[in-house]
Amino acid sequence: MSMQGSTVEASEQRLSVEPQTEGDIRDIVAAAVSAEEPLAIEGTGSKRGLGRPVQAARTLSLAKMSGITLYEPEELVLTAKAGTPIAEIEALVDAHGQRLEFEPMDYGPLHGLDAAQGTLGGVIACNLAGPRRLKQGAARDHVLGVRAVSGRGEIFKSGGRVVKNVTGYDLSKGLTGSYGTLAVMSEITIKVLPTCETETTLVLRGLSDAEAAGAMAASMGSPAEVSGAAHLPMYVAARVAEGALGEEAATAIRIDGFGPSVEARAAHLGRALEKVGKVDRLDREASRRLWRDVRDVRPFVDGTRKPVWRLSVTPTRGHEIVMSLRMQAAIDAFYDWQGGLVWLRMEAGEPEADLVRETIRRFGGGHATLVRAPESVRAATAVFQPQPGPLAALSRRLKEQFDPKNVLNPGRMA
Amino acid sequence: MSVMMPKPSEAILSRRRAIVEALRAIVPGEGVVDAANEMAVFESDGLTAYRQLPLVVVLPSTVDQVAAVLKYCHREEIPVVPRGSGTSLSGGALPLEDGVLLVLSKFNRVLEIDYDNRCAVVQPGVTNLGITHAVAGRGFYYAPDPSSQIACSIGGNVAENSGGVHCLKYGLTANNVLGIEFVTIEGEVVRLGGMHLDAEGYDLLGLMTGSEGLLGVVTEVTVRILQKPETARAVLIGFPTSEEAGAAVAAIIAKGIIPGGMEMMDRPAILAAEDFVHAGYPTDVEALLIVELDGPGAEVDHLLAEVEAVGSANGAVTCRVSQSEEERASFWAGRKAAFPAVGRISPDYYCMDGTIPRKELPKVLAGMKSLSDKYGLRVANVFHAGDGNLHPLILYDANEEGQLHRAEEFGNDILRLCVEVGGVLTGEHGVGVEKRDLMPEMFDETDMKHQQRVKCAFDDKHLLNPGKVFPQLHRCAELGRMHVHKGQVAFPDLPRF
Repeated sequence: MSMQGSTVEASEQRLSVEPQTEGDIRDIVAAAVSAEEPLAIEGTGSKRGLGRPVQAARTLSLAKMSGITLYEPEELVLTAKAGTPIAEIEALVDAHGQRLEFEPMDYGPLHGLDAAQGTLGGVIACNLAGPRRLKQGAARDHVLGVRAVSGRGEIFKSGGRVVKNVTGYDLSKGLTGSYGTLAVMSEITIKVLPTCETETTLVLRGLSDAEAAGAMAASMGSPAEVSGAAHLPMYVAARVAEGALGEEAATAIRIDGFGPSVEARAAHLGRALEKVGKVDRLDREASRRLWRDVRDVRPFVDGTRKPVWRLSVTPTRGHEIVMSLRMQAAIDAFYDWQGGLVWLRMEAGEPEADLVRETIRRFGGGHATLVRAPESVRAATAVFQPQPGPLAALSRRLKEQFDPKNVLNPGRMA
Repeated sequence: MSVMMPKPSEAILSRRRAIVEALRAIVPGEGVVDAANEMAVFESDGLTAYRQLPLVVVLPSTVDQVAAVLKYCHREEIPVVPRGSGTSLSGGALPLEDGVLLVLSKFNRVLEIDYDNRCAVVQPGVTNLGITHAVAGRGFYYAPDPSSQIACSIGGNVAENSGGVHCLKYGLTANNVLGIEFVTIEGEVVRLGGMHLDAEGYDLLGLMTGSEGLLGVVTEVTVRILQKPETARAVLIGFPTSEEAGAAVAAIIAKGIIPGGMEMMDRPAILAAEDFVHAGYPTDVEALLIVELDGPGAEVDHLLAEVEAVGSANGAVTCRVSQSEEERASFWAGRKAAFPAVGRISPDYYCMDGTIPRKELPKVLAGMKSLSDKYGLRVANVFHAGDGNLHPLILYDANEEGQLHRAEEFGNDILRLCVEVGGVLTGEHGVGVEKRDLMPEMFDETDMKHQQRVKCAFDDKHLLNPGKVFPQLHRCAELGRMHVHKGQVAFPDLPRF
């Protein structure tokens, strides 16, 4: 897919080094430390558009650090080198009736790139999760162990290959979501789980955002074990599942599991939701298509670079934030995670970071990340939520401990 | 006490009276306890082999007081040991002779329950079961269920990343906590996460959870609460060998079934439990599985049939499905009473907590048998079979010269065996003082230095809970040195800018 009016960004012109072993990574980082020459850390570069642009002379690419080194389906565990394509991992576990429970999302299409180009290392470094995060946790909840090279040029490991492990600090969680700024992960062990036998999605039509918030909260608070709750306002709904839903607002509730169980839960919850409005049912294939599109922010895959925000907020307050923002700026929005994950597109092209963050603060708190914008905008905007003094100090000290010379992705999370 | 703790500071001990007065100025009245007889109740936690009176006990009742105490201790360089209910099995709350014991038991209020967002905000001294009681009226519960849940505090659960019988399906504490407020050793109040699902920036919440009181003092916790499953039923399956039981566990998971709980007991544990609570366990089998399925009735019925079929296909000789809530409770009564049951057949027992890849169970059990012969001590096993967490109970008599030492050596050898087969030293009890000196079995020096660098980011003077987790704490300045071997890099010809 090509990007309308795209230009080659500065970050795409760096020279790249491609280590083939963990020892190579250590040597490259050690050389960067002694020369005080920062490195941009990448897998395939599919998430280059996330975070603040990195000022680095060279790119350390993990593309050659690829391969699944251990997969024991009966032990629910998989180990792979950081540069292993996530698509390769998902295909292998799928062939064994398993999946990555956190349903990792793919930013590629939103950034005007092809889908399914990312690596395991990238997914973990950015802590990417999808709709199922609401019930089953994020990537950070499924990482069991890592091997990595810190910004000191030292190889270390943390965690293990078993689920229950409280031996020492959980550095695996510390590295998850650290965008390559603390260490270069070389190998990652994750938990995998059985794929659901089947799934269905209940769809309510024509609800306002506030009504949808109520219906989603009621569904999540029922014993139906809902594994996805999203609301696509009017017009947004037309941009998923190849338009199959039409333009009317759609509130989607996913139920998955064993056949008889899904049937019983869907019937029970469906009856309860009849009070709100007519309930449609999507079959397994239609349900999968819908949630894949919600996961990958398909409604905003538009060939532009209009700013897109990702808001993590108190689920029942999401619609209040959007309502308030609508009165002050031209925005388009939809909701995942029962309303706790808001995707926001700024129609006028300005990110309006202060407005977005102040509105979140007024409605229960949370945080906002600018997940799409041209490099120049990301360089001039606080892409990640600014932190209060003591917390910012802790984060800075952690970075200094792991990367004292600031050679790993400098500025990316600043 | 056979574990070396940091040498107490004479300077602090000699200032004790002044320190007590300064703390009284922060926490008035009965909040500061310094009489030896009144402090005795705090001299150990659940690991009673180790005892030590603290310098002084402080029981603050506000966050401001916690912050002021920590700020004072930081300025005066006095160690601080945080404590919740004191149920740790690894000595995490063992006091220090020259340290303030900071007890959070007055923080015992449920602050907010938000059913629409399915979370509860509680103070750290609320018990694990107390959270469930607070939300049970609306059909909700808090999922992690350590066996001490009636007494252990949620603050302690965060410190230890506690697990429980149901964590195969529902996760550990780390997977069920959305946010915390904690106070740093400098006395700064920091909030991580909240009612939203992901905390921003580095996952400091993930680092704090399971940090055993070495990084900060938790003063508020926001937890996820869940709707109670519609039904739960359990099945007891007996096997002639532990290999067959292990194969059945693997086959259940291979079928895509993640039970709410899946426990295994070996013959000595079965016999002790049956003799104690008469749960109706078969006494002629070598291994017993308790598999609990929870969820909607339709799902539970469907999966029970599958589990029974897996049992018979793997050589089960007995199989009983609970027919009532009462019967389900009786199946669990034996398992839950396994520790005290073993306490009845031996004057003392020592509970271990390794985790192994499940498939290694037969090898580890065989290894344990030969270690049992070597040390001349009996061992009974209960096992969270679903997630590979093993609790060997070593039977000994502390009054017999040398038996405690032999039991500890035996336990250490078991944990070494766990690490050797790809497992870890502790699944849910924590490192504390108990497994501190075994850390090098699992981590090399560089691994441990990187863990200590987290410590340095939070507490560079090593004042929070020193002597726990790490066999040797390097000074942060010393850890700060960089070792770069110039001329040994792999890509000497790379272009440089």
